[in-house]
Amino acid sequence: MNLLFSALIILFGGSLIALLTRKSTLATRVGTLSVLTATPLAICDALTVLIGGQPLALNLPWSVPGGEFALLLDPLAAFFVLPIAVLSLFCALYAGPYMRHDGQTRSLAPHWFLFNIMIVAMLLVVTAANTVLFLSAWEMMTISSFFLVAWNHRQEEVRKAAWLYLLVAHFGMVLLLALFILVSSYCGSLNFSDFGSLSQLPLSSASVLYLLALFGFGVKAGLFPVHIWLPDAHPAAPSHVSALMSGVLIKTAIYGILRFLCLLPPAPAWWGWLLALLGATGALYGISLAAQQRDIKRCLAYSTVENVGIIFLGLGFGMVATANGQPTIAMFAYAGGLLHLWNHALFKGVMFLGAGTLVHATGTRDMNRMGGLLRRMPLAGVLWIGGSLAISALPPLNGLVSEWLIYISLADAGITQQGFVALAPLLLIGLLGMVGALALLTFSRLIGICLLGEARDPVAANAHEAKPAMLISMGVPLAACLTIGLFPQGALRLLSTTLLQLTGNPIETELVSAVSPLGNAAVLLLFALGAITVVFVWLRHRRPQTQSTTWGCGYQFPSPRISYTGEGYSELALRHLLPKIMRPDISGGRINGMFPAPTKLAQQAHDPVLTRILLPLFISIANRFQRLRWLQQGQLPIYLCYIFITNTILMIWCLWAGRHAGG
Amino acid sequence: MIGSLALSLTIHLALLLLFAPLLQGVITKTKALFAGRVGAPLLQPYYDLARLMRKGFVFSRTTTWVFQAGPVVGLAVPLLASLLIPFGGLAAPISFEGDFILFVYLFALSRFFTATAALDTGSSFEGMGAAREVTFSCLAEPTMLFTLLVLARLSGGLSLNTLFGKHLLDAWHSEAGTSLGLILVCLFVVLLVENSRIPFDDPNTHLELTMIHEVMVLDHSGPAFGMILYGASLKMMVLGAIVVRLALPWQTGWWLSDALLFMAGLIAMAVFIGVIESIMARLRLPRVPQMLIGTSLLSIFALVLVLR
Repeated sequence: MNLLFSALIILFGGSLIALLTRKSTLATRVGTLSVLTATPLAICDALTVLIGGQPLALNLPWSVPGGEFALLLDPLAAFFVLPIAVLSLFCALYAGPYMRHDGQTRSLAPHWFLFNIMIVAMLLVVTAANTVLFLSAWEMMTISSFFLVAWNHRQEEVRKAAWLYLLVAHFGMVLLLALFILVSSYCGSLNFSDFGSLSQLPLSSASVLYLLALFGFGVKAGLFPVHIWLPDAHPAAPSHVSALMSGVLIKTAIYGILRFLCLLPPAPAWWGWLLALLGATGALYGISLAAQQRDIKRCLAYSTVENVGIIFLGLGFGMVATANGQPTIAMFAYAGGLLHLWNHALFKGVMFLGAGTLVHATGTRDMNRMGGLLRRMPLAGVLWIGGSLAISALPPLNGLVSEWLIYISLADAGITQQGFVALAPLLLIGLLGMVGALALLTFSRLIGICLLGEARDPVAANAHEAKPAMLISMGVPLAACLTIGLFPQGALRLLSTTLLQLTGNPIETELVSAVSPLGNAAVLLLFALGAITVVFVWLRHRRPQTQSTTWGCGYQFPSPRISYTGEGYSELALRHLLPKIMRPDISGGRINGMFPAPTKLAQQAHDPVLTRILLPLFISIANRFQRLRWLQQGQLPIYLCYIFITNTILMIWCLWAGRHAGG
Repeated sequence: MIGSLALSLTIHLALLLLFAPLLQGVITKTKALFAGRVGAPLLQPYYDLARLMRKGFVFSRTTTWVFQAGPVVGLAVPLLASLLIPFGGLAAPISFEGDFILFVYLFALSRFFTATAALDTGSSFEGMGAAREVTFSCLAEPTMLFTLLVLARLSGGLSLNTLFGKHLLDAWHSEAGTSLGLILVCLFVVLLVENSRIPFDDPNTHLELTMIHEVMVLDHSGPAFGMILYGASLKMMVLGAIVVRLALPWQTGWWLSDALLFMAGLIAMAVFIGVIESIMARLRLPRVPQMLIGTSLLSIFALVLVLR
């Protein structure tokens, strides 16, 4: 615990020193150095707890009323500390070269202050064992990430995205405050250690708490109907911040849900079904919208909605299986959900950092202006392709392992249960299969349009390779992805203490022996690929080789304008697979007359939940409240009068209530 | 243990590597006979492969290593996938609980590289083919999963060896026979889609605009193109093995007769594909997704019947 605490101190100290610096380079040095020294300490502590299973605790006096500086690092917390620390390490390493250009025109001191504070807040959120500490850390996390999202605040879209994020995050905060007030009034204490009595709650009040936790935390996690802030905020933030937010910040909300599930009485099946169905819907919704975006970071943001959906599907189905008394199936589902959480932190880190190198090299996020970047940035391109393979759950990388575990749990439930109950998990398998196929479409599109073919724009033709530090911070997580794909046993062994805490069943050996043939098959695949590559390279050396232009039916001068665009690539799928409401808006393109003039065709993707449901709802609410505008007279005496009236009413109520209680 | 594994591995790979191109020859011959022509010799695909392997490469100046990874992955994936599939009565050499998921995702891997290799040329034709391929797979993949789940439900196991085990013969005679009939149709449709056969795709047309798979590999040449053709015939045999096993669930227990029965089944299937190609026209492109949605629903219906 001392290691983690000293990590927090180092990070906090680093943030303060960074704030005091005046030169950008010095701020970068201080900020990076503090993260680089602090995170290994946190990793050490997390690994100790994950392997040993013994929780570590720390209590310090704190003068805040109701607050206690109580930290608890049990396996569940350590499970989250590990990805937070690992990804922070690489994002900090990446941020230096990525922000250097920005640092020439403005001071990076606030950036490093906020970045370190955000890491401190995330670590505190998952280890806090006191309500006041938890909520303050949660709010610190929201505020620091809000300022980081708004880093490029001179652009209007960035300001809008940041405001939306702040608004939605505080909507979630309201639910969380209600949740914690209810909980602490039930238990009569603000410390998590006294929340044990929650497990005796009647089902109805426990359900209220569950729903509050689900949506209060779900807002941050990007749970399906309340994910709306995410696709705007991730593209607006600098890439390493997006990577950190998408990779681990939103996962702290999953921590919150899991922590409450451990405290609440045994979950009835409908809690699990609700989570699993929201997750499955979100996965399908997220990936269908990801396939439409031409902004590469927005595409990745929607893919976050998809992956969080898959995590929730695994965890939710684990709850269902536990409620139905099938511990083995529950174990597989939980293991799949948890491992996917780690996997997503790794490959989404690679993808966002890679998107950052592309943005850094070209100055645009529009995939239709890129193209041919693999020739100009071969190393970053290879890493990005590797990340895409992992995120599309293709063998031999890690995405398949976690999705495979979820598939197995669903299939096991489907073939062992009697009657039509079994249909639901079996249909979910088909749905997950479709999500996988759409993910393949999305990421082959991302790779194919951005990296391959000809440069579509001068900005892409003049792109440059990423700096070594940026490449390292992408390469190491990708190597971890490959390692988990080839040797999934190790990752599952590391998960066993967390699984034991969540389910109470120690069946780690069964999981490990089930998953090891998958790892062996991945090794075999890598071996086969290697062997055939050797044959291919040998053939290429033996046979004559000529260079020519791409075949264009005899046309010798192909231009990048004839190659497929992002919209063109996904158009067929959108038109035939998606309901009309999900399709992008298409404007223009109508051709009139015998000799048509040049015309324009534009396609605009939108989020139907936001534009069709939530915006009209809030606009109509705002219009209703217009009628109360007469209350706002803009004169001081009238407001004083309001205060006087309110105070009088409150005083009378107090007196009345006091007499009533006394009598 | 090791000896029997090595033996079954050898038989499996030998059958696959030597026999697979013949199916293409059978299809072409059937079509020729149907049209009243003599047609190319049965062994023509082998001659083609040998000729392509001796030729040189032509690479487009636009392309990168991704373009060359397409043929490599396209050959490696069916090789590995074949080891997970029982060839008729011959059990799969590699088998574990849940290998059917890996089987489906292996083909996704080869699709990823075929599509990206096509996009790497920067050609609009090949982009079109890639877009079509990945779109149709969004519908073919759930169908494939549902049909395998019907079999899983019937067998009570999750490995492809159990799914296509000895119980199939009894299952055909029980009330699950209807479901098996339905999924046989679905699997056959998936086979046609995945191997780009008529009525979903036409490998022989001269118009790049109308093709799916062939248009993606327009720019490959020489040995690389040979690898693609070989990979395609391996893929056809691997997916055909599923259909044949489902349609002909008999097994004798002696490996040679089982292998002969399996090969006879594959040839019969190739003749059947040839007949279909001769008597049907290619579907209009917008009809393909509708047809695939139909088969997905059919497979769900089969699943419901099994659960009853």
